[in-house]
Amino acid sequence: MAHSVGNVVPQAAHFTEPLLLRCGRVLRDYELVYETYGTLNADRSNAVLVCHALNASHHVAGVYADDPDNVGWWDNMIGPGKPLDTSRYFVIGVNNLGGCHGSTGPLSVDPDTGRRWGGEFPVVTVEDWVDAQARLADQLGIAQFAAVMGGSLGAMQALAWAIRYPQRLRHSVVIACAPNLSAQNIAFNEVARQAIITDPDFNGGNYQVQGVAPKRGLRVARMVGHITYLSDDEMASKFGRQLKHGKLNYTFDTEFQIESYLRHQGNKFADYFDANTYLRITKALDYFDPAFEYDGNLTQALKSVAAGVLVISFTTDWRFSPERSREIVRALLDNRARVTYAEIDAPHGHDAFLLDDVRYHRLVAAYFERVHQEIAP
Amino acid sequence: MTGINGEQRPDFAAIAQWIRRDAHVLDLGCGDGTLLKYLQQARGVTGYGVEIDDGNVLACVKNGVHVIQGDLERGLSEFVDNSFDYVVLSQTLQAMRNTERIMREMLRVGRAGIVTFPNFGYWKNRLQILRGHMPVSENLPFEWFNTPNIHLCTVADFERFCTERGINIVERTVLTGGKSVTSWPNLLGELAVYHFGG
Repeated sequence: MAHSVGNVVPQAAHFTEPLLLRCGRVLRDYELVYETYGTLNADRSNAVLVCHALNASHHVAGVYADDPDNVGWWDNMIGPGKPLDTSRYFVIGVNNLGGCHGSTGPLSVDPDTGRRWGGEFPVVTVEDWVDAQARLADQLGIAQFAAVMGGSLGAMQALAWAIRYPQRLRHSVVIACAPNLSAQNIAFNEVARQAIITDPDFNGGNYQVQGVAPKRGLRVARMVGHITYLSDDEMASKFGRQLKHGKLNYTFDTEFQIESYLRHQGNKFADYFDANTYLRITKALDYFDPAFEYDGNLTQALKSVAAGVLVISFTTDWRFSPERSREIVRALLDNRARVTYAEIDAPHGHDAFLLDDVRYHRLVAAYFERVHQEIAP
Repeated sequence: MTGINGEQRPDFAAIAQWIRRDAHVLDLGCGDGTLLKYLQQARGVTGYGVEIDDGNVLACVKNGVHVIQGDLERGLSEFVDNSFDYVVLSQTLQAMRNTERIMREMLRVGRAGIVTFPNFGYWKNRLQILRGHMPVSENLPFEWFNTPNIHLCTVADFERFCTERGINIVERTVLTGGKSVTSWPNLLGELAVYHFGG
């Protein structure tokens, strides 16, 4: 039977070799916080890297002994007997650079100035994250991952891994992804960023020294983002036009349940997430475009891919629609890559990648069963 | 033919005989991936299956077959011209809405096509119609009211179709009970297997 990995403990890895970022700046000293589940086998062939999306972290599965309600963000996918079975695989979750969960980011101290980075922290990209993750793999003695896996922005990292380090992963699991953001995707991100940047408490990103945070902006940013994660039908069935107080009050207080839900999500998020991190993660999404260096030719961009690739999309995902996943599939087919593509008919929209769905989970389980047979001695 | 399990479809062996080693193959409506799995193991082929059904997509993954989930009726836009040595469409042609389009698409993305279908002209089918009923058999397992087969044809119909459209038939095998039939194929053949195109 499937169960939880139980209590987990985050670890930190320190890096002193400077990391050249895409923006041209250099991080000369940084730390990555990560968690691991399962056991690395003798020939170090069973490691799976799980990359996180916008607001998540290295806490992918299990709970903390002192915080038993803090369940990892992909706990339904990862654990003993789960689709990514930790009794077979050694699974690694890592908080990306620029994050706010412990890895070096805007909340950290800049060793050159002795002050918190704040708004001065560099703009980071998917490729920068992947390069940093590769160094973590070096430090853990993992020459080749059995798989690198992610959903949404995490899937972009899994794809970037296959492009940048073709020999360092056997498989790439790319769920609810897009080969780049559409104008509409960028537009939503820009609304979120403007909400934060125009908050009077933002102070050019250096709000921490003044003991404030642009929480109003962050709340709105999260509300906008949340709308794009759900399908129209899902929102209709969850909330419809249900009233908050049972009758209309003709005020600007919450009238409809959906308003209340969005405010709740916004408040919750603004309490734990850092605005500077949010800004940078949305920029990383906007900049991701492997075909850009190849005049928009995605086939050329994916030419280096040697891994087997599992691409999964969800029919009601309008943020990264199945058509966007099919662009990736098409480019992989052109390169005769070992690609498998499934389109899951799920009602939940983009968020479906995080939710329980039997067809989806069975498929991932079957794929990892094949990977297991491949790496089994 | 060894290597395909007992539930193999009789047309699989006929298809396999025409596919040369190490070819790149696209199997349209590949089901659970049995044919491709066999071709991978016995002929060292590479390639993909296309399948619409969730359960079959899962079975393909379990079988180690690279499957692309999609609807053949929407065409083969995922695939570029001349990217396969063979494009296979087994026991699906008769269920396609646009027969001519899928044949053209097969020859666009592949150098050759292989298609199999139940021969409606088979004498047992004719007999059932003479008795006043739509044929139901192992190869035509559906009743008239629930059949997905909307474009059934005979061996003679298919060959006329190809001639009229300039589609070159390279080879033909007609089977009954898994065995090749040489005389009066349109009457004595249960299952038709065609190799067409280049």
